[in-house]
Amino acid sequence: MEPEIGKSEAGIDVSAETTLSIADYLQQHESKSLLRFITCGSVDDGKSTLIGRLLHDSKLLLDDQLATLESDSRRFGTQNGEIDFALLVDGLAAEREQGITIDVAYRFFGTDRRKFIVADCPGHEQYTRNMATGASTADLAIVLVDARKGLLTQTRRHSYIVSLLGIRHVILAVNKMDLVGYDQATFEYIADDYRQLASQLGIDSVHCVPLSALKGDNVMSAATQLPWYQGDSLLSLLETIDVSRADNKRPFRLSVQWVNRPNQNFRGFSGLVAGGDIRVGDEVIVLPSGKRTRLAGVINPHGESTAAHEGEAVTLTLADEVDVSRGDVIAVADHPPEVADQFAAHVLWMADAPLLPGRGYWLKIGSQTVAAQITEIKHRVDINSQKFLAAKRVNLNEVAYCNLMLDQAIAFEAYADNRTLGGFILIDRQSNATVGCGTIDFALRRATNIHWHQLEIGRQTRAAIKGQSPSCLWFTGLSGSGKSTIANLVDRRLHAMGYHTYILDGDNVRHGLNKDLGFTDEDRVENVRRVAEVAKLMVDAGLIVLVSFISPFRDERRMARALFDEGEFLEVFVDTPLELCEQRDPKGLYRRARAGEIPNFTGISSPYQPPEHADIHLQTVSLTAEQSVELVTSRLLD
Amino acid sequence: MTHSSQSHLDRLEAESIHILREVAAEFSNPVMLYSVGKDSSVLLHLLVKAFAPGRPPIPMMHIDTRWKFREMIAFRDQRAAETGCTLHVHVNPDGVAEDMSPITHGATVHTDVMKTQGLKQALDKFGFDAAIGGARRDEEKSRAKERVFSFRSAQHRWDPKNQRPELWSLYNARIHKGESVRVFPLSNWTELDIWLYIFREKIPVPALYLAKVRPVVERDGALIMVDDDRLPLRDGEQPMMKKVRFRTLGCYPLTGAIESEADTLEAIIQEMLVSTTSERQGRVIDHDPSASMEKKKQEGYF
Ligand SMILES: Nc1nc2c(ncn2[C@@H]2O[C@H](COP(=O)(O)OP(=O)(O)O)[C@@H](O)[C@H]2O)c(=O)[nH]1
Repeated sequence: MEPEIGKSEAGIDVSAETTLSIADYLQQHESKSLLRFITCGSVDDGKSTLIGRLLHDSKLLLDDQLATLESDSRRFGTQNGEIDFALLVDGLAAEREQGITIDVAYRFFGTDRRKFIVADCPGHEQYTRNMATGASTADLAIVLVDARKGLLTQTRRHSYIVSLLGIRHVILAVNKMDLVGYDQATFEYIADDYRQLASQLGIDSVHCVPLSALKGDNVMSAATQLPWYQGDSLLSLLETIDVSRADNKRPFRLSVQWVNRPNQNFRGFSGLVAGGDIRVGDEVIVLPSGKRTRLAGVINPHGESTAAHEGEAVTLTLADEVDVSRGDVIAVADHPPEVADQFAAHVLWMADAPLLPGRGYWLKIGSQTVAAQITEIKHRVDINSQKFLAAKRVNLNEVAYCNLMLDQAIAFEAYADNRTLGGFILIDRQSNATVGCGTIDFALRRATNIHWHQLEIGRQTRAAIKGQSPSCLWFTGLSGSGKSTIANLVDRRLHAMGYHTYILDGDNVRHGLNKDLGFTDEDRVENVRRVAEVAKLMVDAGLIVLVSFISPFRDERRMARALFDEGEFLEVFVDTPLELCEQRDPKGLYRRARAGEIPNFTGISSPYQPPEHADIHLQTVSLTAEQSVELVTSRLLD
Repeated sequence: MTHSSQSHLDRLEAESIHILREVAAEFSNPVMLYSVGKDSSVLLHLLVKAFAPGRPPIPMMHIDTRWKFREMIAFRDQRAAETGCTLHVHVNPDGVAEDMSPITHGATVHTDVMKTQGLKQALDKFGFDAAIGGARRDEEKSRAKERVFSFRSAQHRWDPKNQRPELWSLYNARIHKGESVRVFPLSNWTELDIWLYIFREKIPVPALYLAKVRPVVERDGALIMVDDDRLPLRDGEQPMMKKVRFRTLGCYPLTGAIESEADTLEAIIQEMLVSTTSERQGRVIDHDPSASMEKKKQEGYF
């Protein structure tokens, strides 16, 4: 389909004027390949200088940019007023003041042979997530080391992140050769060291280059100071390394982004081809549904076509009216990807608040977003040493190997086989921030092995015989807010009216079912999870369950709510100001917490997140206990 | 990871189309900001392609400062009609009430009121939750670090230190009510890519980009076109006829022309290949200290 764009009167009539030279130029420009790479190094290794040098020497700087650079060099530069190439790439003012590269910046340059997009990434451990971001779209990494220092902990860390994100080609740039007298032995020693490290990490394509970014030696072309070096300069390596995959016969996959339905006669499925080729007439399968049909047509940006290829943004039409929606995967039928709802994956955490098992997140993969939780942290990987460590949580910039569970099955591939169908991000359900990223390793089969025992007598029957609607009243609030008092009074009132009830109280449960749990964030999550599951079983049994639990975190309360059907779960916020609770202090706990005797005490040394949309909000300062009971029971029974 | 027969421009095109489709699928009320310039022309072309054979499900919006070249306005209306895209036009009524102009109020105030404030007003008025813009990372240093999906608070502020990590081509579009996202599908294009793509795809662009004999005055070192009598002449200023063209199109008293013989698209590209100044130089507003663009963006300028 050629979009209908005619010539415009006020516009330039382009169709009339085609001179050969620009057409030729376009052709040449079009035949260039694109290389996306990242540069990683630690502060002061010379990364910014190197990139500035590449931009400068490939004549990409324009007069006014050069003028700005010269004046900036005088104002902020570190080179005594000489041109400071690093300033060219340190974009944000805040970064400039601190003299460090904080965020990923993308730069563009080109030569006659290739076009380049450089992701300039910060190297410090606290910016590991930024480096992973840059690495996620790169085909190659330049790992920079200072010739005077050799391999450092950070070199190992950078190389690990490179391998984790699946970059298969590394150039080790041994910089500042001018400061070691261009000594060959120094270079060889570092290069050997690095080859060893790379093979441990499973990176098999490694090139080592000695250079001086500051002086420009061996950056664009061979340097006279390095007569012993017979290899390519950095730029000629960048121009020539072949990064295409050896196994380019990958099976066809497309994650459906958009259902294109302009009228009754057309129904197309748009997306970017995530792997392989397909031709009209080939049999395809839609996942996770498993419906099969044939490819009827392809529209690509140039118009109608008979085939779709990897990397193209296409719209497919199918031979049969099968159900397809956003997030589904269309794949070649005889070689489909797997479908599962539980995975083992590496997760890199990117948020200040730690990842906690059991907590719910959104997971986006391809064009699919599903609810997910980490069910188990198998181990943490020390990003500096790659040692496995035991862990109950994952903090900012840490990597862990985890089991994940989704609320529905999705089509996927191992990240090593397909970045699009194997790479995911995790999104916080409250702040909507991107809090983590991960790479799928393989599916866990457990989901398909557990079959729910079909209960003969349904919950309806059980509820009917008791003559009530089973439900869960979830009382949340600070210690001493009056949860137990009110819950007990409600319980008594309901019982008197002939309802079947039961109370689950924080203190009681902690003496038995949960006596193995403490008060760390992880344990609090698990504490609430177990109680919620028990309450759910009781509701299934037909009871009205009153849960009286501090349950300080919104996420856990939301998780509890998600276990129940709509209307079955009522969140009761017993809202009493901290000062008042502390004054009452019925069990003397606040006094002890203030004295530092009780760690992680809610309200004092551990946060309480008040409900945003409680079903019942009891402001106890202005209500008597009786009034509160009345509010709860009338809401429950209406 | 891409098909070998896909050219460089094909790849950029595919990436941009993928982004536009994500916007349509993930937001409930997206809009494409249309500024009439070459980048907007490319965006509009991509928008049509992304949803062919259907019509683009995303409307476009022009923030009119009332100081655009007359030709730009005519061109805008024509393109909207030709592509079948819905076009909203917004003019800041406060600016109209004060008879805001870059000449009496100065470039900075004019741009702030008519463009920055006007844009925020329009986004609030229509309740747009995503606004697609044509900015490129190669344009300016602080843009080099901006995300493709760039989060804005309910006050339209950009927080450069707290951007969402953006991995692979996975864009996080989740926001709360009142918040919004600016989306830049052309992030990875360079100025040269834009022109070559216009050439390859035969995309109409305003004729102001081509050299023609036009009336101009020289003012503060820039050649300002006398588009009509909206531009009061200063004492001693005498419009002269010069063959000029524009590398960027903004408000005409703020956009300097360059003397040029390039009166075809080919000639423009040729001229650019040997040119030694970057395009933003034509914009009077950027002649501030070099961190100024970042500051403007934090305040909500696109
Ligand atoms: N002698 C010498 N100094 C260098 C070289 N490369 C960078 N430097 C200096 O090392 C310092 C840190 O460089 P910079 O590019 O800011 O490092 P970054 O933190 O990795 O971006 C600066 O003073 C540079 O001038 C080099 O090859 N030789």
